[in-house]
Amino acid sequence: MENQNSYNYKIVRQFAVMTVVWGIVGMLVGVIIAAQLVWPALNFDVSWLSYGRLRPLHTNAVIFAFGGSALFATSYYAVQRTCHVRLFSDGLASFTFWGWNLIIVLAAITLPLGLTSGKEYAELEWPIDLLIAVVWVSYAVVFFGTILKRKVKHIYVANWFFGAFIITVAVLHIVNSAALPVSMFKSYSVYAGTIDAMVQWWYGHNAVGFFLTAGFLGIMYYFIPKQAERPIYSYRLSVVHFWALISTYMWAGPHHLQFTALPDWAQSLGMVFSLILIAPSWGGMINGIMTLSGAWHKLRSDPILKFLIVSLSFYGMSTFEGPMMSIKTVNALSHYTDWTIGHVHSGALGWVGLVSIGAIYFLIPKVFNREGMYSTKLIDTHFWVATIGIVLYIVAMWIAGVMQGLMWRAVNDDGTLTYSFVEALENMYPYYIVRLLGGALYLSGMFIMAYNVWKTVAGSKPADAPIPAAA
Amino acid sequence: MDLHDIRAMFTVIMFVMFIGIVFWAWSNKRRNAFTEAANLPLNEPEQPRVDNDKEASQ
Repeated sequence: MENQNSYNYKIVRQFAVMTVVWGIVGMLVGVIIAAQLVWPALNFDVSWLSYGRLRPLHTNAVIFAFGGSALFATSYYAVQRTCHVRLFSDGLASFTFWGWNLIIVLAAITLPLGLTSGKEYAELEWPIDLLIAVVWVSYAVVFFGTILKRKVKHIYVANWFFGAFIITVAVLHIVNSAALPVSMFKSYSVYAGTIDAMVQWWYGHNAVGFFLTAGFLGIMYYFIPKQAERPIYSYRLSVVHFWALISTYMWAGPHHLQFTALPDWAQSLGMVFSLILIAPSWGGMINGIMTLSGAWHKLRSDPILKFLIVSLSFYGMSTFEGPMMSIKTVNALSHYTDWTIGHVHSGALGWVGLVSIGAIYFLIPKVFNREGMYSTKLIDTHFWVATIGIVLYIVAMWIAGVMQGLMWRAVNDDGTLTYSFVEALENMYPYYIVRLLGGALYLSGMFIMAYNVWKTVAGSKPADAPIPAAA
Repeated sequence: MDLHDIRAMFTVIMFVMFIGIVFWAWSNKRRNAFTEAANLPLNEPEQPRVDNDKEASQ
Protein backbone atom coordinates (compact mmCIF):
# COMPACT_ATOMS: atom_id res chain seq x y z
CA MET A 1 0.00 0.00 0.00
CA GLU A 2 2.86 2.40 0.86
CA ASN A 3 3.59 2.87 -2.76
CA GLN A 4 4.73 6.06 -4.44
CA ASN A 5 2.96 5.01 -7.65
CA SER A 6 -0.51 5.20 -6.13
CA TYR A 7 -2.64 7.77 -4.32
CA ASN A 8 -3.26 7.46 -0.59
CA TYR A 9 -6.99 6.68 -0.49
CA LYS A 10 -7.03 5.16 2.97
CA ILE A 11 -6.92 8.57 4.67
CA VAL A 12 -9.71 9.81 2.36
CA ARG A 13 -11.85 6.77 3.21
CA GLN A 14 -11.35 7.32 6.95
CA PHE A 15 -12.29 11.00 6.90
CA ALA A 16 -15.16 10.49 4.41
CA VAL A 17 -16.83 7.89 6.63
CA MET A 18 -16.27 9.98 9.77
CA THR A 19 -17.91 12.96 8.03
CA VAL A 20 -21.16 10.99 7.99
CA VAL A 21 -20.75 9.72 11.56
CA TRP A 22 -19.92 13.13 13.06
CA GLY A 23 -22.61 14.76 10.92
CA ILE A 24 -25.22 12.55 12.58
CA VAL A 25 -23.82 13.17 16.08
CA GLY A 26 -23.56 16.95 15.69
CA MET A 27 -26.97 17.35 14.07
CA LEU A 28 -28.58 15.06 16.64
CA VAL A 29 -27.31 17.32 19.43
CA GLY A 30 -28.68 20.26 17.43
CA VAL A 31 -32.12 18.64 17.25
CA ILE A 32 -32.02 17.93 21.01
CA ILE A 33 -31.26 21.55 21.91
CA ALA A 34 -33.89 22.78 19.44
CA ALA A 35 -36.36 20.57 21.32
CA GLN A 36 -35.12 21.97 24.65
CA LEU A 37 -35.99 25.48 23.45
CA VAL A 38 -39.56 24.31 22.92
CA TRP A 39 -39.76 22.08 26.02
CA PRO A 40 -37.14 23.27 28.56
CA ALA A 41 -37.89 20.25 30.79
CA LEU A 42 -35.96 18.11 28.31
CA ASN A 43 -32.71 18.89 30.13
CA PHE A 44 -34.07 16.59 32.92
CA ASP A 45 -32.35 18.84 35.48
CA VAL A 46 -29.04 17.17 34.63
CA SER A 47 -26.29 19.78 34.29
CA TRP A 48 -24.54 17.77 31.56
CA LEU A 49 -27.65 17.96 29.42
CA SER A 50 -28.34 21.65 29.97
CA TYR A 51 -28.69 23.89 26.93
CA GLY A 52 -25.66 26.03 27.80
CA ARG A 53 -23.37 23.00 27.73
CA LEU A 54 -24.90 21.15 24.78
CA ARG A 55 -25.02 24.17 22.50
CA PRO A 56 -21.19 24.51 22.20
CA LEU A 57 -21.06 20.73 21.74
CA HIS A 58 -23.47 21.09 18.79
CA THR A 59 -21.50 23.95 17.17
CA ASN A 60 -18.12 22.27 17.68
CA ALA A 61 -19.41 18.94 16.39
CA VAL A 62 -21.02 20.25 13.22
CA ILE A 63 -18.30 22.78 12.34
CA PHE A 64 -15.11 20.99 13.33
CA ALA A 65 -16.10 17.32 13.42
CA PHE A 66 -18.52 17.14 10.44
CA GLY A 67 -17.20 20.11 8.42
CA GLY A 68 -13.59 19.43 9.42
CA SER A 69 -13.71 15.76 8.40
CA ALA A 70 -15.29 16.73 5.07
CA LEU A 71 -12.48 19.24 4.48
CA PHE A 72 -9.73 16.76 5.38
CA ALA A 73 -11.23 14.09 3.11
CA THR A 74 -11.79 16.37 0.11
CA SER A 75 -8.52 18.31 0.39
CA TYR A 76 -6.41 15.14 0.72
CA TYR A 77 -8.19 13.67 -2.32
CA ALA A 78 -8.09 16.80 -4.50
CA VAL A 79 -4.49 17.77 -3.71
CA GLN A 80 -3.19 14.31 -4.69
CA ARG A 81 -5.20 14.09 -7.88
CA THR A 82 -4.38 17.61 -9.09
CA CYS A 83 -0.67 17.31 -8.18
CA HIS A 84 -0.30 13.72 -9.52
CA VAL A 85 1.63 12.61 -6.44
CA ARG A 86 0.92 10.60 -3.31
CA LEU A 87 0.52 12.55 -0.05
CA PHE A 88 3.77 13.92 1.38
CA SER A 89 3.67 11.57 4.36
CA ASP A 90 1.28 8.69 5.02
CA GLY A 91 2.31 8.55 8.68
CA LEU A 92 1.69 12.23 9.33
CA ALA A 93 -1.61 12.08 7.43
CA SER A 94 -2.66 9.19 9.64
CA PHE A 95 -1.64 11.24 12.68
CA THR A 96 -3.99 14.06 11.56
CA PHE A 97 -6.85 11.55 11.38
CA TRP A 98 -6.36 10.04 14.83
CA GLY A 99 -5.37 13.39 16.38
CA TRP A 100 -8.40 15.18 14.98
CA ASN A 101 -10.78 12.46 16.15
CA LEU A 102 -9.19 12.42 19.61
CA ILE A 103 -9.79 16.19 19.81
CA ILE A 104 -13.45 15.66 18.91
CA VAL A 105 -13.86 12.98 21.57
CA LEU A 106 -12.18 15.23 24.15
CA ALA A 107 -14.55 18.05 23.17
CA ALA A 108 -17.53 15.72 23.58
CA ILE A 109 -16.35 14.90 27.11
CA THR A 110 -15.20 18.30 28.39
CA LEU A 111 -17.98 20.52 27.04
CA PRO A 112 -20.87 18.70 28.78
CA LEU A 113 -18.75 18.73 31.96
CA GLY A 114 -18.79 22.51 31.73
CA LEU A 115 -15.07 22.87 31.03
CA THR A 116 -14.94 25.84 28.69
CA SER A 117 -12.94 28.97 28.01
CA GLY A 118 -16.20 30.65 27.02
CA LYS A 119 -15.05 31.91 23.62
CA GLU A 120 -17.63 31.13 20.94
CA TYR A 121 -16.43 28.40 18.49
CA ALA A 122 -13.17 28.30 20.53
CA GLU A 123 -14.55 26.93 23.80
CA LEU A 124 -12.07 24.09 24.27
CA GLU A 125 -9.62 24.44 27.16
CA TRP A 126 -5.91 24.97 26.74
CA PRO A 127 -4.59 21.37 26.72
CA ILE A 128 -6.95 20.55 23.83
CA ASP A 129 -6.04 23.84 22.13
CA LEU A 130 -2.39 22.78 22.15
CA LEU A 131 -3.30 19.44 20.59
CA ILE A 132 -5.33 21.23 17.89
CA ALA A 133 -2.30 23.40 17.08
CA VAL A 134 -0.04 20.32 16.70
CA VAL A 135 -2.56 18.44 14.52
CA TRP A 136 -3.23 21.49 12.39
CA VAL A 137 0.45 22.18 11.75
CA SER A 138 0.84 18.49 10.75
CA TYR A 139 -2.06 18.95 8.33
CA ALA A 140 -0.26 21.98 6.85
CA VAL A 141 2.96 19.96 6.49
CA VAL A 142 1.15 17.11 4.71
CA PHE A 143 -0.79 19.46 2.42
CA PHE A 144 2.01 21.85 1.46
CA GLY A 145 4.55 19.00 1.36
CA THR A 146 2.32 17.38 -1.28
CA ILE A 147 2.09 20.66 -3.21
CA LEU A 148 5.90 20.99 -3.12
CA LYS A 149 6.54 17.55 -4.61
CA ARG A 150 3.84 17.89 -7.28
CA LYS A 151 4.44 16.58 -10.80
CA VAL A 152 2.20 19.21 -12.40
CA LYS A 153 3.55 22.73 -12.91
CA HIS A 154 0.39 24.65 -12.12
CA ILE A 155 -1.20 24.67 -8.67
CA TYR A 156 -4.93 24.18 -9.34
CA VAL A 157 -7.24 26.86 -7.89
CA ALA A 158 -8.94 24.46 -5.43
CA ASN A 159 -5.55 23.95 -3.76
CA TRP A 160 -5.13 27.72 -3.37
CA PHE A 161 -8.40 27.85 -1.45
CA PHE A 162 -7.54 24.77 0.65
CA GLY A 163 -4.08 26.25 1.31
CA ALA A 164 -5.45 29.65 2.40
CA PHE A 165 -7.92 27.86 4.68
CA ILE A 166 -5.17 25.79 6.33
CA ILE A 167 -2.76 28.70 6.89
CA THR A 168 -5.40 31.14 8.11
CA VAL A 169 -7.03 28.71 10.52
CA ALA A 170 -3.59 28.01 12.04
CA VAL A 171 -2.99 31.73 12.59
CA LEU A 172 -6.52 32.38 13.90
CA HIS A 173 -6.48 29.45 16.30
CA ILE A 174 -3.06 30.18 17.75
CA VAL A 175 -3.67 33.92 18.24
CA ASN A 176 -7.21 33.65 19.63
CA SER A 177 -6.44 30.72 21.93
CA ALA A 178 -3.47 32.44 23.60
CA ALA A 179 -4.32 32.00 27.28
CA LEU A 180 -2.79 31.85 30.75
CA PRO A 181 -3.52 28.47 32.33
CA VAL A 182 -4.36 28.58 36.04
CA SER A 183 -4.99 24.84 36.35
CA MET A 184 -5.22 21.77 34.14
CA PHE A 185 -8.78 22.64 33.13
CA LYS A 186 -8.99 26.41 33.46
CA SER A 187 -7.30 29.26 31.64
CA TYR A 188 -7.90 32.95 31.00
CA SER A 189 -7.45 34.80 27.73
CA VAL A 190 -4.26 36.89 27.50
CA TYR A 191 -6.36 39.72 26.07
CA ALA A 192 -8.57 41.93 28.20
CA GLY A 193 -12.00 43.52 27.78
CA THR A 194 -12.86 45.04 24.42
CA ILE A 195 -9.60 43.85 22.86
CA ASP A 196 -10.49 40.30 23.83
CA ALA A 197 -13.90 40.76 22.19
CA MET A 198 -12.29 42.11 19.01
CA VAL A 199 -9.72 39.29 18.85
CA GLN A 200 -12.51 36.77 19.48
CA TRP A 201 -14.61 38.06 16.56
CA TRP A 202 -11.61 38.53 14.31
CA TYR A 203 -11.21 34.78 14.97
CA GLY A 204 -14.93 34.03 14.90
CA HIS A 205 -15.76 35.69 11.62
CA ASN A 206 -12.64 34.42 9.89
CA ALA A 207 -13.51 30.95 11.10
CA VAL A 208 -16.65 31.52 9.00
CA GLY A 209 -14.61 33.11 6.20
CA PHE A 210 -11.79 30.61 5.97
CA PHE A 211 -12.95 27.39 7.66
CA LEU A 212 -16.57 27.51 6.47
CA THR A 213 -16.01 29.41 3.21
CA ALA A 214 -12.51 29.19 1.68
CA GLY A 215 -12.19 25.48 2.47
CA PHE A 216 -15.60 24.66 1.02
CA LEU A 217 -14.88 26.84 -2.04
CA GLY A 218 -11.91 24.51 -2.55
CA ILE A 219 -14.49 21.69 -2.63
CA MET A 220 -16.59 23.66 -5.11
CA TYR A 221 -13.67 24.30 -7.48
CA TYR A 222 -12.68 20.63 -7.63
CA PHE A 223 -15.88 18.65 -7.22
CA ILE A 224 -18.33 20.68 -9.34
CA PRO A 225 -16.12 20.44 -12.46
CA LYS A 226 -15.58 16.72 -11.75
CA GLN A 227 -19.24 15.90 -11.23
CA ALA A 228 -20.40 18.11 -14.12
CA GLU A 229 -17.53 16.83 -16.32
CA ARG A 230 -16.88 20.38 -17.48
CA PRO A 231 -14.10 22.82 -16.61
CA ILE A 232 -14.91 25.70 -14.28
CA TYR A 233 -16.85 28.52 -16.03
CA SER A 234 -14.00 31.06 -15.82
CA TYR A 235 -10.57 30.23 -14.50
CA ARG A 236 -9.67 33.94 -14.64
CA LEU A 237 -12.58 34.79 -12.41
CA SER A 238 -11.45 32.09 -9.99
CA VAL A 239 -8.02 33.75 -9.65
CA VAL A 240 -9.56 37.16 -8.95
CA HIS A 241 -12.16 35.49 -6.68
CA PHE A 242 -9.37 34.01 -4.56
CA TRP A 243 -7.39 37.21 -4.02
CA ALA A 244 -10.49 39.35 -3.49
CA LEU A 245 -11.98 36.95 -0.96
CA ILE A 246 -8.88 36.43 1.15
CA SER A 247 -7.99 40.11 1.24
CA THR A 248 -11.42 41.38 2.32
CA TYR A 249 -12.59 38.78 4.87
CA MET A 250 -10.06 39.78 7.53
CA TRP A 251 -11.81 42.99 8.60
CA ALA A 252 -15.44 41.88 8.62
CA GLY A 253 -15.32 40.56 12.21
CA PRO A 254 -16.36 43.78 14.01
CA HIS A 255 -19.91 43.44 12.58
CA HIS A 256 -20.48 40.92 15.39
CA LEU A 257 -19.94 43.77 17.85
CA GLN A 258 -22.21 46.52 16.50
CA PHE A 259 -23.48 48.88 19.23
CA THR A 260 -21.03 47.53 21.82
CA ALA A 261 -18.01 49.12 23.54
CA LEU A 262 -15.97 48.57 20.38
CA PRO A 263 -14.76 51.92 18.93
CA ASP A 264 -17.26 53.32 16.44
CA TRP A 265 -14.74 53.44 13.57
CA ALA A 266 -14.09 49.71 13.97
CA GLN A 267 -17.84 48.98 13.85
CA SER A 268 -18.23 51.04 10.66
CA LEU A 269 -15.15 49.42 9.12
CA GLY A 270 -16.61 45.98 9.86
CA MET A 271 -19.83 47.00 8.13
CA VAL A 272 -18.05 48.41 5.04
CA PHE A 273 -15.84 45.36 4.59
CA SER A 274 -18.86 43.09 4.99
CA LEU A 275 -20.62 44.98 2.19
CA ILE A 276 -17.55 44.76 -0.06
CA LEU A 277 -17.59 40.99 0.50
CA ILE A 278 -20.73 40.63 -1.62
CA ALA A 279 -18.53 41.06 -4.72
CA PRO A 280 -16.12 38.13 -4.27
CA SER A 281 -18.84 35.95 -2.72
CA TRP A 282 -21.20 36.37 -5.64
CA GLY A 283 -18.34 36.21 -8.15
CA GLY A 284 -17.47 32.78 -6.79
CA MET A 285 -21.07 31.62 -6.65
CA ILE A 286 -21.69 32.66 -10.28
CA ASN A 287 -18.48 30.94 -11.34
CA GLY A 288 -19.63 27.68 -9.76
CA ILE A 289 -23.21 27.77 -11.02
CA MET A 290 -22.29 28.90 -14.55
CA THR A 291 -20.03 25.86 -14.86
CA LEU A 292 -23.27 24.09 -15.72
CA SER A 293 -24.00 26.60 -18.49
CA GLY A 294 -25.05 24.61 -21.56
CA ALA A 295 -25.55 21.45 -19.51
CA TRP A 296 -28.42 22.40 -17.23
CA HIS A 297 -30.21 19.16 -18.08
CA LYS A 298 -27.68 17.31 -15.91
CA LEU A 299 -29.40 18.82 -12.87
CA ARG A 300 -32.54 16.84 -13.65
CA SER A 301 -30.92 13.42 -13.57
CA ASP A 302 -27.94 13.84 -11.23
CA PRO A 303 -28.81 14.32 -7.54
CA ILE A 304 -25.12 14.75 -6.55
CA LEU A 305 -24.97 17.75 -8.86
CA LYS A 306 -28.21 19.01 -7.28
CA PHE A 307 -26.52 18.99 -3.87
CA LEU A 308 -23.50 20.87 -5.22
CA ILE A 309 -25.39 23.49 -7.22
CA VAL A 310 -28.18 24.15 -4.72
CA SER A 311 -25.50 24.61 -2.04
CA LEU A 312 -24.29 27.54 -4.14
CA SER A 313 -27.77 29.09 -4.23
CA PHE A 314 -27.79 28.99 -0.42
CA TYR A 315 -24.25 30.41 -0.43
CA GLY A 316 -25.46 33.30 -2.58
CA MET A 317 -28.48 33.84 -0.35
CA SER A 318 -26.55 33.89 2.90
CA THR A 319 -23.70 36.02 1.52
CA PHE A 320 -26.28 38.61 0.49
CA GLU A 321 -28.13 38.42 3.78
CA GLY A 322 -24.96 38.66 5.89
CA PRO A 323 -23.76 42.03 4.52
CA MET A 324 -27.33 43.38 4.84
CA MET A 325 -27.39 42.36 8.50
CA SER A 326 -24.04 44.06 9.11
CA ILE A 327 -25.53 47.45 8.14
CA LYS A 328 -25.95 49.22 11.46
CA THR A 329 -29.61 50.17 11.02
CA VAL A 330 -30.55 46.59 10.05
CA ASN A 331 -28.33 45.23 12.80
CA ALA A 332 -30.21 47.35 15.34
CA LEU A 333 -33.21 45.15 14.56
CA SER A 334 -31.54 41.80 13.91
CA HIS A 335 -28.84 41.66 16.59
CA TYR A 336 -29.41 39.09 19.38
CA THR A 337 -32.55 37.77 17.64
CA ASP A 338 -33.22 34.41 15.98
CA TRP A 339 -32.73 36.07 12.60
CA THR A 340 -29.00 35.57 13.22
CA ILE A 341 -29.61 31.87 13.92
CA GLY A 342 -31.60 31.62 10.66
CA HIS A 343 -28.79 33.34 8.74
CA VAL A 344 -26.12 31.05 10.17
CA HIS A 345 -28.13 27.94 9.34
CA SER A 346 -28.88 29.00 5.77
CA GLY A 347 -25.09 29.12 5.40
CA ALA A 348 -24.35 26.05 7.50
CA LEU A 349 -27.13 23.65 6.42
CA GLY A 350 -27.52 25.11 2.93
CA TRP A 351 -24.01 25.90 1.78
CA VAL A 352 -21.54 23.98 3.96
CA GLY A 353 -23.81 20.98 4.59
CA LEU A 354 -25.07 20.42 1.04
CA VAL A 355 -21.69 20.96 -0.66
CA SER A 356 -20.01 18.55 1.80
CA ILE A 357 -22.71 15.91 1.37
CA GLY A 358 -22.48 16.21 -2.44
CA ALA A 359 -18.69 15.87 -2.36
CA ILE A 360 -18.84 12.85 -0.03
CA TYR A 361 -21.38 11.13 -2.32
CA PHE A 362 -18.88 11.71 -5.13
CA LEU A 363 -15.92 10.45 -3.08
CA ILE A 364 -17.28 7.31 -1.42
CA PRO A 365 -17.63 5.17 -4.58
CA LYS A 366 -14.28 6.45 -5.91
CA VAL A 367 -12.24 5.58 -2.84
CA PHE A 368 -14.09 2.35 -2.08
CA ASN A 369 -13.61 1.09 -5.62
CA ARG A 370 -17.29 1.03 -6.60
CA GLU A 371 -19.10 2.01 -9.79
CA GLY A 372 -21.33 4.45 -7.95
CA MET A 373 -23.36 4.85 -4.76
CA TYR A 374 -25.62 1.91 -3.82
CA SER A 375 -28.77 3.90 -4.60
CA THR A 376 -29.09 7.06 -6.68
CA LYS A 377 -32.76 7.22 -5.76
CA LEU A 378 -31.85 7.52 -2.08
CA ILE A 379 -29.44 10.38 -2.85
CA ASP A 380 -32.36 12.16 -4.50
CA THR A 381 -34.60 11.48 -1.48
CA HIS A 382 -31.86 12.80 0.80
CA PHE A 383 -31.63 15.95 -1.31
CA TRP A 384 -35.34 16.75 -1.03
CA VAL A 385 -35.62 15.89 2.67
CA ALA A 386 -32.60 18.11 3.43
CA THR A 387 -33.78 21.01 1.25
CA ILE A 388 -37.28 21.04 2.74
CA GLY A 389 -35.69 20.89 6.21
CA ILE A 390 -33.49 23.92 5.49
CA VAL A 391 -36.37 25.97 4.11
CA LEU A 392 -38.57 25.22 7.14
CA TYR A 393 -35.69 26.07 9.47
CA ILE A 394 -34.69 29.40 7.96
CA VAL A 395 -38.19 30.67 7.28
CA ALA A 396 -39.20 29.93 10.89
CA MET A 397 -36.14 31.77 12.19
CA TRP A 398 -36.67 34.78 9.92
CA ILE A 399 -40.21 35.25 11.17
CA ALA A 400 -39.25 34.61 14.80
CA GLY A 401 -36.23 36.95 14.57
CA VAL A 402 -37.99 39.90 13.00
CA MET A 403 -40.89 39.49 15.42
CA GLN A 404 -38.49 39.47 18.39
CA GLY A 405 -36.66 42.54 17.10
CA LEU A 406 -39.88 44.46 16.63
CA MET A 407 -41.38 43.44 19.99
CA TRP A 408 -38.20 44.16 21.97
CA ARG A 409 -37.89 47.68 20.68
CA ALA A 410 -41.58 48.69 20.69
CA VAL A 411 -42.17 51.54 23.15
CA ASN A 412 -45.33 53.22 24.47
CA ASP A 413 -45.93 56.97 24.29
CA ASP A 414 -44.60 57.39 27.81
CA GLY A 415 -41.33 55.65 26.90
CA THR A 416 -41.99 52.35 28.66
CA LEU A 417 -41.53 49.02 26.82
CA THR A 418 -44.70 47.76 25.14
CA TYR A 419 -43.87 44.08 25.66
CA SER A 420 -42.12 42.23 28.43
CA PHE A 421 -39.42 39.72 27.40
CA VAL A 422 -41.66 36.80 28.31
CA GLU A 423 -44.41 38.07 26.02
CA ALA A 424 -41.99 37.98 23.07
CA LEU A 425 -40.77 34.53 24.12
CA GLU A 426 -44.31 33.18 24.31
CA ASN A 427 -44.86 34.13 20.68
CA MET A 428 -41.85 32.07 19.62
CA TYR A 429 -43.39 28.65 20.35
CA PRO A 430 -44.85 27.87 16.90
CA TYR A 431 -41.65 28.94 15.14
CA TYR A 432 -39.45 26.93 17.49
CA ILE A 433 -41.56 23.87 16.71
CA VAL A 434 -41.19 24.46 12.95
CA ARG A 435 -37.43 24.90 13.45
CA LEU A 436 -37.30 21.60 15.33
CA LEU A 437 -39.18 19.93 12.48
CA GLY A 438 -36.79 21.41 9.89
CA GLY A 439 -33.74 20.27 11.87
CA ALA A 440 -35.21 16.79 12.36
CA LEU A 441 -35.80 16.49 8.59
CA TYR A 442 -32.20 17.50 7.87
CA LEU A 443 -30.98 14.92 10.41
CA SER A 444 -33.16 12.19 8.92
CA GLY A 445 -31.52 12.93 5.56
CA MET A 446 -28.19 12.09 7.19
CA PHE A 447 -29.57 8.72 8.30
CA ILE A 448 -30.61 8.02 4.69
CA MET A 449 -27.05 8.90 3.69
CA ALA A 450 -25.56 6.64 6.36
CA TYR A 451 -27.63 3.69 5.07
CA ASN A 452 -26.61 4.40 1.47
CA VAL A 453 -22.94 4.73 2.43
CA TRP A 454 -23.12 1.50 4.46
CA LYS A 455 -24.59 -0.44 1.54
CA THR A 456 -21.93 1.00 -0.80
CA VAL A 457 -18.99 0.34 1.51
CA ALA A 458 -19.98 -3.10 2.87
CA GLY A 459 -18.11 -5.87 1.10
CA SER A 460 -16.11 -3.49 -1.10
CA LYS A 461 -12.46 -4.17 -1.84
CA PRO A 462 -10.92 -0.72 -1.77
CA ALA A 463 -7.59 -0.15 -3.49
CA ASP A 464 -5.34 2.85 -3.93
CA ALA A 465 -5.66 4.22 -7.47
CA PRO A 466 -2.44 4.31 -9.52
CA ILE A 467 -0.93 7.69 -10.37
CA PRO A 468 -0.93 8.32 -14.14
CA ALA A 469 2.53 8.35 -15.71
CA ALA A 470 3.90 11.81 -16.50
CA ALA A 471 2.71 12.99 -19.89
CA MET B 1 6.34 59.79 8.25
CA ASP B 2 4.45 58.18 11.10
CA LEU B 3 2.82 54.79 11.45
CA HIS B 4 -0.49 56.03 10.03
CA ASP B 5 1.14 57.08 6.76
CA ILE B 6 2.69 53.64 6.43
CA ARG B 7 -0.69 52.02 7.09
CA ALA B 8 -2.38 54.21 4.48
CA MET B 9 0.36 53.44 1.97
CA PHE B 10 0.00 49.73 2.66
CA THR B 11 -3.72 49.93 1.86
CA VAL B 12 -2.99 51.77 -1.41
CA ILE B 13 -0.28 49.26 -2.35
CA MET B 14 -2.62 46.33 -1.71
CA PHE B 15 -5.32 47.95 -3.84
CA VAL B 16 -2.92 48.60 -6.72
CA MET B 17 -1.67 45.01 -6.48
CA PHE B 18 -5.24 43.76 -6.68
CA ILE B 19 -5.88 45.82 -9.83
CA GLY B 20 -2.64 44.36 -11.18
CA ILE B 21 -3.91 40.82 -10.51
CA VAL B 22 -7.16 41.58 -12.38
CA PHE B 23 -5.25 42.84 -15.45
CA TRP B 24 -2.86 39.88 -15.27
CA ALA B 25 -5.72 37.41 -15.04
CA TRP B 26 -7.47 38.84 -18.08
CA SER B 27 -4.34 39.40 -20.19
CA ASN B 28 -4.30 37.50 -23.50
CA LYS B 29 -0.92 36.03 -22.64
CA ARG B 30 -2.50 33.93 -19.90
CA ARG B 31 -5.38 32.61 -22.00
CA ASN B 32 -3.90 29.25 -22.98
CA ALA B 33 -2.30 28.60 -19.62
CA PHE B 34 -5.60 29.19 -17.83
CA THR B 35 -7.56 27.01 -20.24
CA GLU B 36 -5.05 24.25 -19.54
CA ALA B 37 -5.28 24.86 -15.79
CA ALA B 38 -9.08 24.75 -15.86
CA ASN B 39 -8.92 21.29 -17.44
CA LEU B 40 -6.44 19.98 -14.87
CA PRO B 41 -8.97 18.01 -12.79
CA LEU B 42 -10.63 16.60 -15.92
CA ASN B 43 -7.58 15.52 -17.93
CA GLU B 44 -6.70 12.47 -15.94
CA PRO B 45 -7.49 8.89 -16.64
CA GLU B 46 -10.03 7.50 -14.24
CA GLN B 47 -8.77 4.71 -12.07
CA PRO B 48 -9.03 1.34 -13.73
CA ARG B 49 -11.69 -0.25 -11.59
CA VAL B 50 -11.33 -3.86 -10.66
CA ASP B 51 -14.89 -4.87 -10.10
CA ASN B 52 -14.59 -6.57 -6.81
CA ASP B 53 -18.13 -7.96 -6.59
CA LYS B 54 -17.66 -10.39 -9.44
CA GLU B 55 -14.16 -11.36 -8.40
CA ALA B 56 -15.17 -11.85 -4.82
CA SER B 57 -17.96 -14.26 -5.70
CA GLN B 58 -15.74 -16.37 -7.91
